[in-house]
Amino acid sequence: MPINQVQPEAVEFDVHTDEMLINMGPQHPSTHGVLRLVLRTDGEVVTEVTPHIGYLHRCAEKIGEHLSPRQFLPYTDRLDYLSAMNMNLGWSLTVEKLLGLKVSEKTRHLRVIMAELGRIASHLVAAGCYGLDLGSFTPFTWTFRDREKILNLFEAACGARLTCSYITVGGVTADLPPGWLSQCEQFLTEFAPVVDELHAVLTSNAVFVRRTAGVGVLPAATAIDYGCTGPVLRGCGVAWDLRRDGDPFYTEMYDGYQFEVIAQTEGRYPQDHPYPPVPAAACLGDSWHRFYVRMLEVVESMELVRQAMAKYAAAAGEVDKPIPLKKKLPQGEVYLETEAPKGQMGFMVKSDGSPIPSRVRIRSSSFCNLSVASELCRGVLVADVPAIIGSLDLVLGEIDR
Amino acid sequence: MNIQEIHSRLARAFQPWLAATGFEAIDPWIEVRPEGLPEIGRYLRDSQDLWFDMLHCITGVDDIELDAKKSAAKKAEQPDWEPHLELIYHLSSTRHRHRLVLRTRLPRWHEDTPGRLPEVPTVSDIWSAAKWHEREVFDLMGVCFVGHPDLRRILCPEDWVGHPLRKDYEMPREYHGIPAR
Amino acid sequence: MAEFLLSISAPAWLAYSVAALIQCALLLAVALGSAAISIWLERKVSARIQDRLGPTRVGGRFGWLQPPADGLKLLCKEDIIPAAADGPLFRLAPYISFCTAFCVFLALPFANNWVALRLNVGVFFILAVSGLEVFGVILGGYASGSKWSLYGAMREAAQVVSYEVPMALCVVVPVLIVGSMDLVEIGNHQAGWFWHWHVFHDPFTFATFWIYMTCAVASTNRAPFDLAEAESELVAGFLTEYSGFRWVVFFMAEYPAMFLVSGLASVLFLGGWNGPIPIASLLHLTPAVHPLAGWIGNLLGMCNFIAKGVLGITCMIWLRWTLPRLRIDQVMTTCLKYCVPLASAMLAGVMLWMYLLPGGVWTQAEQLWSPSTVNAATAVRREQAPGPPRPAEKQAHHEPEPMDVVWTR
Repeated sequence: MPINQVQPEAVEFDVHTDEMLINMGPQHPSTHGVLRLVLRTDGEVVTEVTPHIGYLHRCAEKIGEHLSPRQFLPYTDRLDYLSAMNMNLGWSLTVEKLLGLKVSEKTRHLRVIMAELGRIASHLVAAGCYGLDLGSFTPFTWTFRDREKILNLFEAACGARLTCSYITVGGVTADLPPGWLSQCEQFLTEFAPVVDELHAVLTSNAVFVRRTAGVGVLPAATAIDYGCTGPVLRGCGVAWDLRRDGDPFYTEMYDGYQFEVIAQTEGRYPQDHPYPPVPAAACLGDSWHRFYVRMLEVVESMELVRQAMAKYAAAAGEVDKPIPLKKKLPQGEVYLETEAPKGQMGFMVKSDGSPIPSRVRIRSSSFCNLSVASELCRGVLVADVPAIIGSLDLVLGEIDR
Repeated sequence: MNIQEIHSRLARAFQPWLAATGFEAIDPWIEVRPEGLPEIGRYLRDSQDLWFDMLHCITGVDDIELDAKKSAAKKAEQPDWEPHLELIYHLSSTRHRHRLVLRTRLPRWHEDTPGRLPEVPTVSDIWSAAKWHEREVFDLMGVCFVGHPDLRRILCPEDWVGHPLRKDYEMPREYHGIPAR
Repeated sequence: MAEFLLSISAPAWLAYSVAALIQCALLLAVALGSAAISIWLERKVSARIQDRLGPTRVGGRFGWLQPPADGLKLLCKEDIIPAAADGPLFRLAPYISFCTAFCVFLALPFANNWVALRLNVGVFFILAVSGLEVFGVILGGYASGSKWSLYGAMREAAQVVSYEVPMALCVVVPVLIVGSMDLVEIGNHQAGWFWHWHVFHDPFTFATFWIYMTCAVASTNRAPFDLAEAESELVAGFLTEYSGFRWVVFFMAEYPAMFLVSGLASVLFLGGWNGPIPIASLLHLTPAVHPLAGWIGNLLGMCNFIAKGVLGITCMIWLRWTLPRLRIDQVMTTCLKYCVPLASAMLAGVMLWMYLLPGGVWTQAEQLWSPSTVNAATAVRREQAPGPPRPAEKQAHHEPEPMDVVWTR
């Protein structure tokens, strides 16, 4: 057992007080939206956590049964609204898989740029908010400052900052404006030193390590059992990234790209960059590792954006235009998962031959990642609950759909 | 391991529970009978060379044609078609990196009595991910998972009436005095 | 003040009442002013740390009117008392906090003898009264009728009461050196160049100073020890149900408390009103030369004192906006496992030091450099002290401190 792990009996010396049921949320500063957690507490020790969701349920799947895929695209923006580009990508690829449509090389690289920028933006919010959950306000403003720059790039590309609807079925809504690539290059140059600053105030900060290392330890088997994906799964040391291990229809988007799956395997992380060392108190699968994986993925995504920009600039031809709004879908059913920043985002489309799908299913990564919370928050302290929930990086728009 | 191999493995042990297959589909699938689901699931998870340790998603599909004309046309096309529910289980193996789509077919109502939910055995004791996915299917599609430890509504409020993702669902006129339509 | 009024033949009751009123008004101004300045400073410093500008427009440049504007906005807010709250206690709690925070200023000297109430147990008074502040928080949390508030209150009780112990142990160290609990005397003991400050007195006091600062931050409930509020865990802790004016009053207690602990640190360890360079005495601004000169010297001293207080506050702000919050068990561990034993060890160390080598490191060095006169007081002390004989070279040296009188008591 890591030294930092809370032992309820050691904290409380077997002094049992009255049990208390507390509502954490749906209005609470650290539940990242309208999540409600019912805590059963015994003094400062939480014996049971029951998540209640559905406060942001907007019937996205039902709406999908009434709209054509391109009309549904803006609704995907509002699933994980912190990485709308990745949601757009997941939906577009799913419909393209049903249509059997392959996009041009130029479009493919453009999509990689956008998806990876979206991943950086999402991980920045995750890192900043995680600092906030632990009581450190400053990294939050730093990460939002740099996220703004990514949103500026999105705005320059498609006119929208948050709900982009840029990557769309068949292609993208428009090619990049002139000068965009140099702006993006400038952002990457400016952003690189910020990662080190974030490592200084969070990852390797002594108080941060004390609050996260050994807290909320998720064994790899449990993570897989609960269907946890993304950084939550990789934080357990499972090298599983759909960009490498996914459906061929998705992985071919990353053909020719150099990247490694960020997970601690054989006791070490990929060592391409000067990362701060893993503290002794941290154990695989704890909140610290989940956070660390995200921070490393930011660096990796920057590298991918650089590669993609070079490939995009080199690619000949035009970017693809979207399919017609009311294009008939072939009969059939497809399911495709993509590696969104928060985990594997799956879409299923079932069509009976009309332009409007007969069933749309959204498999949310945060949904599965949250379902393991009641396992993680057993016998922890009240202060650990935000530390654990925050390390799962939830977005309620995606959970409640 | 590809889908045919998986199917032949299953056929050796569970032939009576296997129904149709869809090897030509974009995502090839194997259909099983609901009562065989837990056994097959356990076999899929525990066999060393199958090792389907991750359940990605459970999808409920309401296969009904509300329009009478279309319904008749579909019936003419496929004589054995009946309005039914389908459950689709998307599985994968983190060890062998292969995927499987498992599906099962349920009546829309238990014993054709509207209001009685069709029953299917739970797989939440095999994959914990099913705990919440089955709750969601129960909530939105109206399928009763027998043996589920905590089968409550998950997205809709607990006193909600009906199962919204069914095709014949009608939004209530009001909910606790809030006009809904 | 009262003496002056009595001297112009005012009746005794009038003289004392007027003097008390004037001093109260001055102290209230200091307390509220320190709150306003701290809030402004907090906003600006945190903004700079976070790569923002902070308030820029209210009151012209630098947003210096932001705290009054904040206060005005909060005063205009609806005052909500939850139905489940215990009304009278809920109303009373903020005032208890504020009154205790304010009362402590009574005994805090701002310059040589510039103190509302010169007590020969000043240190003790400050520790005792500032310890009462926790009652307001506990009452407020308990009376709110909210579980989050109760958590905040219980954490505050556990934390503040625990941290009083190491803090008191640290405070005893300068008292031990000076031999008096009178804050004015402690301050005057450090007169001269900055190496006369207690923090540089010996290695033990240097360590004690940092332990004291840790405990001071903890006792004012500032991050990383702000567990009683802990907005990401407890919504706002004991403040959850407070709004408008009552909330302001709690804040009016928090910020003066910050000034108070840094002021106390400055008197106890950082020379109080004695600047790093003894400008006042170099320029002969002492009452011995002229009363007015003494007054100006004191004014300079007060500026020194306030500057040190503000510096302490700035450091606390800096800490708050840099560090994540500790967990309750870690806070208690820091106190009970580290601060208390360390503070005790430092106290023992200082005792030993004072017994073996009365006077600080620099005093010793100074005397080695210019051995001239023999201090009678040290000799007296040596005669009284039945210790082992000390090295002869050290016996020859003395302390040129103005506070030799301490040892003759």
